[in-house]
Formats: sequence, structure tokens, C-alpha cells
Amino acid sequence: MKALYKRMFCDKGEMVSVMLLAALIFLVLPLSVDIFRLNLIGKYLCFAFVALGLVLLWGNAGILSLGQGVFFGLGGYCMAMFLKLEASDPITTKIQSTPGIPDFMDWNQLTALPFFWIPFKSLPFTLAAILIIPTLLAFIIGSAMFKRRVGGVYFAIVTQAICLILSVLIVGQQGSTGGINGITDLKTLCGWDIRTNSARYILYFVNAILLFGCLMVGRLILSSKLGKLLLAMKDKEDRVRFSGYDVSNFKIFIYCVAATMAAIGGAMFTLQVGFMSPSFVGIVPSIEMVIIAAVGGRMSLTGVIIGSLVVNFGKTYFSEHFPELWLFLMGGLFISVVMFFPNGLAGLYKSYGMKVWNFAGRAMGNMFAKKSSGALSRISQRIQQGNLVEEAKLHNE
Amino acid sequence: MNNDAESVLEIKNLTVSFDGFKAVDSLDLNIYKNELRVIIGPNGAGKTTVLDLICGKTKSTKGSIKFKNYELTKMSEHRIVRAGIGRKFQNPAIYENLSVYENLEISYPSGRTVYGSLTFERTTEVDNRVREIAGEIYLLDQLKQEAGMLSHGQKQWLEIGMLLMQDPELLMLDEPCAGMSARERDQTADLLNRICKNRSILVIEHDMEFVKKIAHRVTVLHLGKIIADGEMDDIKNNERVIEVYLGH
Repeated sequence: MKALYKRMFCDKGEMVSVMLLAALIFLVLPLSVDIFRLNLIGKYLCFAFVALGLVLLWGNAGILSLGQGVFFGLGGYCMAMFLKLEASDPITTKIQSTPGIPDFMDWNQLTALPFFWIPFKSLPFTLAAILIIPTLLAFIIGSAMFKRRVGGVYFAIVTQAICLILSVLIVGQQGSTGGINGITDLKTLCGWDIRTNSARYILYFVNAILLFGCLMVGRLILSSKLGKLLLAMKDKEDRVRFSGYDVSNFKIFIYCVAATMAAIGGAMFTLQVGFMSPSFVGIVPSIEMVIIAAVGGRMSLTGVIIGSLVVNFGKTYFSEHFPELWLFLMGGLFISVVMFFPNGLAGLYKSYGMKVWNFAGRAMGNMFAKKSSGALSRISQRIQQGNLVEEAKLHNE
Repeated sequence: MNNDAESVLEIKNLTVSFDGFKAVDSLDLNIYKNELRVIIGPNGAGKTTVLDLICGKTKSTKGSIKFKNYELTKMSEHRIVRAGIGRKFQNPAIYENLSVYENLEISYPSGRTVYGSLTFERTTEVDNRVREIAGEIYLLDQLKQEAGMLSHGQKQWLEIGMLLMQDPELLMLDEPCAGMSARERDQTADLLNRICKNRSILVIEHDMEFVKKIAHRVTVLHLGKIIADGEMDDIKNNERVIEVYLGH
């Protein structure tokens, strides 16, 4: 246990960025923006779950999945099915020809609940399903692909195909999935109205706590021997295999972890936005999730959380101000990040952020040294020294 | 080598054909305990293919490879490694982004499952072993360095070190001193002579001076068949070998 603790908190530089990020998400943002914007930020942060998974899967293990929307969507749909059933009690739906089933089923002339909807009446089952169904699917896809040593571009294309299959399936089975409109008009969670401001605040914080939970799981994995093995596999897969490791098992594992994280993000998305639709399952959103990871820095767990905020803010801002141009601007952002900062925002922070910190530390040190030789100057000196050590470490790396 | 020595690896009637071309053709080969065997042969003789077959990278068409009590032709790569066979590739295959220490640590034979690797801890036992091996391969001072920054020769040593971490009973090295300076070659020869205690080593090499320094016994391969087998001095004077090497 102690070793675990040490492993997670030994890297000071990383710990500082986690703390800064926590301060931003738990304090600065909730205090500085209104609930409408905060709800939007909560929605953006749902994509950060997927991006965290992509850091493990793509950045560290080198497996590019262009189909994380599948898992995001499955998590979201599981949640939406539960909420929809709750919103479709026989009293509120009494004008339907079959009361007690979701409205879109009634429009599609369904007279009974499809069998796979029935267990979603139970919350424990739903919560378990959110975690298990996407992970199980990832396990099946992963086993089929990685055991046969399908990798690289071929794997990326297969994941795209699965995205397409799932979104076509959802759209095609309108009667039992809500079709292209998705599952809408979600109101309460076990009687608790999720549309009120207080509920939105609570959901924002639940979301943030879960996100940091996933961040810690990610750090735990990356700081273990498994994390190093992922990097090793990315570099020389054969060497790992001929060092006695069953490479495919590690790939399946990390793919499943990424899927679980994406699914949690999807479920939280449904709760905060109040609907789920195939437009979050298909190819385009899946690629957007990869863009988030690339912009944030695909090697950095904290970077991609910032990335999900920046990219989605960009998306909202561009689409509000330049409705015709925003897709091009998003594309431009992606291309310039990939071309000029291949390690994304996290890479920028690593190369320039530390210098800024040191500069600030030195300036503070000078200021306080002149005014007083008191405790403050000692603190700022200590900060400065700490940063110098960090910088020296970085150089050594 | 006396004939009643216990053999570690027994290859019988091994054949592999790629679209009808027999890269290895009815090969019989025995490797004995504590032996350092060198396989030489002109380009395309099938040397690397033999190593690929033993370590499971290529599946054989026919024949058997017996290692202790294991039948290797039916085993997956990582099981073959776990049975006690280590293999170095022709181009040094090391993890460029990890430090020398981490390269060696990853190769330590515990925590090889998903769960095991998650809970793996750097115990003093692991640490001692890493340092011991690093000393053997002349890289004790470079432990913290990123492996990608090593010279070509040092990368070759590092890969040998990674194999030694697993303490294999049979070590297979594909051109271990390619791209090395004369001094590094000598050091490599020393290294091989040192590590062949209590294990068998199978080396593929082109450099005859180097072969002379290390080989207990030499096997000459040509077009997938063994054409000569014996001490280096006998091989040098073997007419068939001279013919094969000097041209057709």
C-alpha cells in the first residue's frame, strides 16, 4: 500500500500539474462561471474520460483506436435507457396507445418493451451494465484483433467500421433505440430531477470526482511495470514478445481500460446533457476524441483534460461566431498542433511552462528578498529551488 | 565436445518451405550443455531462419525441435522464452525511450502477466540483478541513460544483457558484434566466453576472427543444409566449405 502511494506521488512535476488542474476544475471554474456554462464545461469534461483512455491506449501503447465513440455511446445509451424508462411511467404516458413504454416506441407502433430494455428498469443493473457491456465488447474486439496480431492502421480501420456498424444499427432500429433522434427527454434519476440547477452542480462535481478517479487509475497503470511495458511494446513489440510476455494480453487489457473510461464519460454525458443520440457514436465524434487527445498531448493524462476543455471551447466559440467556418478552423487547429507541437499542449507546458515558473519564482524571490528576509522569501526561494531541480531533471531526461 | 555430453536442443529433420522454396531443408542439429556453437554460412543459407524456427517466430513445415522436454514447434513464442530460450535479433532490439536500467528491469523474469506487471515492485533482488548484469555488459555507468543514446555496440550489449536477466539455458545471438569496433569485438568475445558457463549459446556470425575466438564448435550451413560441422581448424580446411564461400 505504501509502495503504491509512493509510486503515484513520487513524480513532483506531475503532481504539481494534477494539483493545478484540480484547483481549476474544483474551484476556479465553479466559482467563476454561471451554471449554464458550468454545465457546458461538465459536458466537455465527459470527453476527457475518453481522452484519458486514449492516452493509455494511443499515447503509451501506440494503438490508435478511431472508434472510442462506440464505448462512449454504449455507456451513454445504458444510462439513457434507465432514465427513459423512469420518464415513461404509465401515468405520464397515458395518452399513448401503449402507456408505460418510451414515447418513441409508441410512435413506432411497438406494443411491448423489447426484451433487452427490461433489465434497465433496475439502477444497480444499469450501473453495472455501463461498466461491463462496453468493457466486454472491447474484450471481444480486442481478443479477436490482438490475438491475431492485427495492429496499426488495420486496427484503426476496423474500429472505424465498428463505429459505423453501431451507429447504423442504432439508426436502423428506430423502434427500440430511438433512431437518429436518440433517446431524449430524460428527466429524473430515481425521482431526483436532473434538470435543476442544484442537480447540475452536483452532477458537475460527481463528474469531476470520477474524472480524477480515472486520472489516478491512469497514473497507477502508467507508473507500474505495465506502463513501461506498454512503451516498450510501442517501440519493439517483438522484443517484448521474445522476453516472455504475451503481448496481446497487455493490449487487450489496456483497450478494455480505455473502453471502461469512455463508457463512464458517456454515462455522465447523458446525465448532464439529458439525452443520448447516435451522433456521439459514429466516426466523426470518434475522430474528434482523438483530436482532443492530440491537442492536449497524447502522452499526458493531465494534458488531455485541458485538451478536452480547449477543443470543446474552441468548437463552441467557433460555431457561435463563425458558423460556416468552424469545421475548417477545428481542422486547422488539429493540423497545426500535429505539425508544430506533436506533444500537444502538455508538450508546450513541459518546454515553456517550467521556464515561466522559474522566472516567476526568481522574480518573487528578488522582490521579497529586498523587502524582508522573512518567511515569504524563504518560501519563494524554496519554490525556485524546487523548480530548478525539476528543470534539471527534465534536461537529464 | 565428447559425444556422451547431454544435449539441450535436439533438432530433427526440420524443414520449412516458403512457397516451395526450402529455406531450411531436413536439418538435424544438436546443441550440448555448456557449449558455444557458431553457425556460419553464406547469405541465404538459412541461418536466421533456423533461429526463427527455434524461438517460434516462424512455424516449421515438418520436423521437430526438442528443448529439454518441450516440443518447441507446437509452442507460442512467450512460452518458448519462459521455457528458457533467449534470442537476440540481428538489429539491436532495445527500448529506445526507456533508460538502460528500465530496459534491464523489464526483462526480469517476474511479473509477466497483466496482473503481475501491475503489482510488480522494484525489490532489492531486482536491483541487485540489474546492477550485476549491467556490470557484465560494461554498462554500469550508463544505467540512467536513455537507451536510444547508446552507441551501436552498447545497444548490442544491452540486448544481450536483457537476455541474461532471464538467465536462459539456451542463448541465441544473431550477429552479436555487427557494427562494433575492434576493441568492442574483443570485449564481446570476453563477454560470451564468460557467460557460456552453465548454459549453451548459439551464435550466428560472419566475422571469422571473432568466430575463432569464441567457438567451441562450428556448423556451416548452405542452402538450408549442414555441409560441415566440427572444430574451427577443420572447417577452415574443409574443401566443400571453401568452395561454397569462394564462389560457384
